[in-house]
Parts: sequence; structure tokens; C-alpha cells
Amino acid sequence: MNAKPATRIDLLLVADMVETGARVLDVGCGDGELLRLLADTRGVDARGMEISQKGVNDCVAKGLSVVQGDADIDLADYPTNGFDYVILSQTLQATRNPKLVLEQMLRIGKRAIVSFPNFGHWRIRWQIAARGRMPMTSNLDHAWYETPNIHFCSIRDFVSLAELVEARIVKAMALDKEGAQMRFDAPWWAWNLLGEQALFLLERKRP
Amino acid sequence: MTDFLTSNAEAHRPQSLIAHFDASQPLAMSAGVMLAPFSIAYQTYGRLNADKSNAILLCHALTGDQHVASVHPVTGKPGWWSALVGPGKPIDTEKYFIICSNVLGGCMGTTGPASLNPATGKPYGLDLPVVTIADMVRAQAMLVERLGIETLFCVAGGSMGGMQALQWAASFPDKVFSVMIIAAAARHSAQNIAFHEVGRQAVMADPDWRGGRYLEEGVRPAKGLAVARMAAHITYLSEEALQRKFGRKLQNRTEKTFSFDADFQVENYLRHQGSTFVDRFDANSYLYVTRACDYFDLAQDYGGSLATAFKNSPTRFCVVSFTSDWLYTTSESRVIVHALNAAAASVSFVEIETDKGHDAFLLEEPDFIATTRGFLAGAARARGLDI
Repeated sequence: MNAKPATRIDLLLVADMVETGARVLDVGCGDGELLRLLADTRGVDARGMEISQKGVNDCVAKGLSVVQGDADIDLADYPTNGFDYVILSQTLQATRNPKLVLEQMLRIGKRAIVSFPNFGHWRIRWQIAARGRMPMTSNLDHAWYETPNIHFCSIRDFVSLAELVEARIVKAMALDKEGAQMRFDAPWWAWNLLGEQALFLLERKRP
Repeated sequence: MTDFLTSNAEAHRPQSLIAHFDASQPLAMSAGVMLAPFSIAYQTYGRLNADKSNAILLCHALTGDQHVASVHPVTGKPGWWSALVGPGKPIDTEKYFIICSNVLGGCMGTTGPASLNPATGKPYGLDLPVVTIADMVRAQAMLVERLGIETLFCVAGGSMGGMQALQWAASFPDKVFSVMIIAAAARHSAQNIAFHEVGRQAVMADPDWRGGRYLEEGVRPAKGLAVARMAAHITYLSEEALQRKFGRKLQNRTEKTFSFDADFQVENYLRHQGSTFVDRFDANSYLYVTRACDYFDLAQDYGGSLATAFKNSPTRFCVVSFTSDWLYTTSESRVIVHALNAAAASVSFVEIETDKGHDAFLLEEPDFIATTRGFLAGAARARGLDI
């Protein structure tokens, strides 16, 4: 089945990581684009959590199963192993406690899928180094005083966090500005320099 | 015909369909007794499809009835959920087969305290065992079975109707494909019970209540029931809406009269609400249905854990609350949502922004309409309903 051309490329990559018919929880599901994609193309049992009531209402009006909730608080309600995949798409940097959120994701889901903007990208490094100002890019266009993104990390930071929470990296990829996969083999330091975004598939080291 | 029959026409000869259950099919009540015979008065709208998969049961609130989308036989007013139910409406009578029955303990044709007790030939009065939400739902399940429907596509209701929907999901998880729990709670709070107790005491303090035997004595505790309704009605509205609608405006006068007349518009409005209510509702029924809500505490029936009530539930849930509803608040809905999440159930939760208070669930709130339409459409897709 073909997804609509308007679908963000990174969402297609996320969808590709999900097995058909799985139970999926999308944390921070926004207007439900990924949930719709997963339900339509992968036949999954897709549920969502979204912090903005407007987003939730829009999702439910589209027939999606979405609840209003805060990833930092409400993931605690969900049962261990309740889902096959828990997805956090472009939301990690906006959580108050990314480590706790990641731990909760790995508890609730057998696998976790996380995508985030890479703060190690050369353009961001350059803005800090050359201008001495907090970076703003087309993908991260909030001024520092009004940004919802309070916990930025680089790809290497995230790899360390995955280790810390005892997650095994099943798959990892760097994405360009449009969210397309950068198809080259390179060490972490190169991805960290050239990837605008990153996408990780994790699972618990211990079952 | 004796007086108590003519004065209670709808309780005895309702202008609705009736399902009778005789001694061979008693209702096992929470009070520990078997009720037989008993009757359920109900209305249906739309058509049941060939594989009987498009049936929706709508559960009415405290003083509602089966006339969800048709003119009320006593008041002549349109059905209480005409905003949502009808051709082309979110609960579309052209797509779905809608069932709405009067609750057990009610006074519109289903067995209640105004019904004749076959053992005495007189109205039950307080001899009817105390009814619970679970009793109401068990009776509905018997009706649904009588109609030959194995699995309901949806059970939906607001307020006490939402409690019934919740009870349905807990008691009969395999018989409900989806449920909508609107402006409701999994249990009655102390404040909820307190308001209901005020209403009951108002009824029982009326000298015409006669220990509940007023029908036989040819009187009615109209004053007491009206006061009960007035107090309850305040809880259905928000302070904001009352202020907007009435403020301190005077009723057909320019000055205060220095008397206890209904000087203020809000007084006049409440008096009107009270006096019209007694024309269509039975005082003892009011005691029974308020009691049913007060006794409702779903978690208690499952070892104190609400999540246990929904363990492995295959049902799709939609929970809806309204921001200005202080009778059944958003936090009460969240309790339900948290339990459903803990049970890994499929759940949607929407809070609707409105200043209209608890009664918002009866009104045409655009976000609520969109939620209902979307949730039912999603559930229909999931069930493979061809509509």
C-alpha cells in the first residue's frame, strides 16, 4: 500500500520498523499522522498519547484511540509489556525527564522507537562556536526563551543514555533535514556531525 | 380504574414497546433478591442489519427515559438527545439500530416503585428492592438478548447513563464492542451523595409523601420533589452559565419587592424547573435512581482496583468530560482513563472546553459532536461495519 506523498519521510521510516499487526503506543502523537499511517499500512493496534487537548480531540474525531496525557507523568499508568512498540517521535527533547521516559518506554513496550533532532550536527555546533548564540534552525525554530525543547541531546549523548538504561540498539540511522535516511556507513562521530535527526530502535538487554 | 393508575399512565401503559419477563426469567438483583415478573419499556430507532452488528444501546441519565430521539409523550418536548441522535446525526439512525430503555426503578413503563406489585395489586412504593446500576444493566442485557442481539456495537450514555455504559463494559466485556462514557464517574463522591441526600430528604419531608404510599392515598409529594429538582438542577449548570444567563436580573419587575416572591430570574427559573419536573416524574422513582447512583462504586466490586474490572477487555472505550462540569469532573474521568490504561485497554479520552456545566452532554457542543462521530466511525471501521 502506498502512503500519501505528503507523509513525512521520517514517519515512513518509523513505520518500517514496526511489525504488521503489532500493538503500538505513540507517545506525543500530535495530530495522529503516524497513528493513521500505522493503522492504514501496517494493520497495527495503534494507540496514542498527546499532551495538547486540541491534538487529542482532532485524533479522536478521526477515529484514533488517543488519550490526553503527559509522557513525564502518565506513562507510569501503563502495564509492563503492554505493547510491542512504544514510539517517541520528535518528543524526547521536550520531556522533563528523558531518562525516566525512556525507561518507562522500555518497560511498557518490548521495543522502543525514538527519533529526535541531533544537537551534535555541524550547523548547530557552528552557530554556538561562531556566533556564541543558542542555535536556531529551520527544524528548531524557537528562541531559547520560548522553546518547548528543554533537553536537547546529540546522537552520541543518546547512545550513552541507551547504554545507561540498559537498552540494546537494534537499529540506528541518521536522517537528513527532510527526514530521509543517510545511506552511508560511518562511525558515530560522523553521523553525529552530519545527521540532522536520528532514529533509534531499542530493546531491553534483559527480558 | 383506580386513581393511582390514571395519575401514572406512563408507568402502567407506556407509549413504548414493552418486554415482559415472567417468573421463568427473574432478575437477580444486587440486593440479593430475585425480581419477577418485571417489564422493560423501550424505544428503538433505525433498522437492525442482517448480521445484527449495528445495534447501539443508549443509556439515559437520572431522570431521563427511553424517548431519546422522539417526542416525549408527557411533555411534548423533543427527545433528550436529539442533538446527537437522528438521521445524519453522529449517532445516525440511518446507519445504526438504536435501543433506549427506561431504567429499572424508573417511572416510564419499566418496573419501578410506581408499578403494580403483583403480590399486592398496589404500587410497589418502597417495597421494591433498592436498585443498583448493575441491576439496571442486567435488565438491559436481558432485553438485548430478547431482541436477539449477541454483541452490541456500542453502549453509550452520559451521567448515570455513563455509569451504566461503564458497568456494561465491566459486566459483559464480550457483548459490547465499544462504549462511550460521557460526563460520568466510576463512583459517586461524598459530594455527589450529599446532593442526592438533600433531594431525597426534600421528598420525604413533604407530608404528602406518606411514607412512600402517596399513590394509594391519592396525593403526590409535588412540593418536595420540586425542591429536590431545584437543588439538583443547580449542580447540572456551571456558575459561569448561571451568571451569564441570569446574573442578578430581576423577574418582570424593576425593584426588589422586599418579600419572598421570586424576585430574581434565577429563582423563577428554578421554580419552573421544579414544577414542570413533577408533572413527568415519580417521587419514589427519584429516591430509587438517586440511590442507584450513590451505591455505584465499580472498583469496590473488583477488589478495590478499577483496572481489574477491565482486565483483558476487548472493548474500545471513549471517555468524555466537560471542563465546567463540577458534578462529574474531568478528574473523575481521568480515574477511569488511568484504570483503562493500566488494563492496556483501547481508550480515547477527550475533554471538551465549555462553560455549560454537566448538562453540556445533552447539548450541541461542536467538539463533542465531532468526537462522537469520529469515535463511532473508527469503531465501525474496526468492526468492519459496512456503513
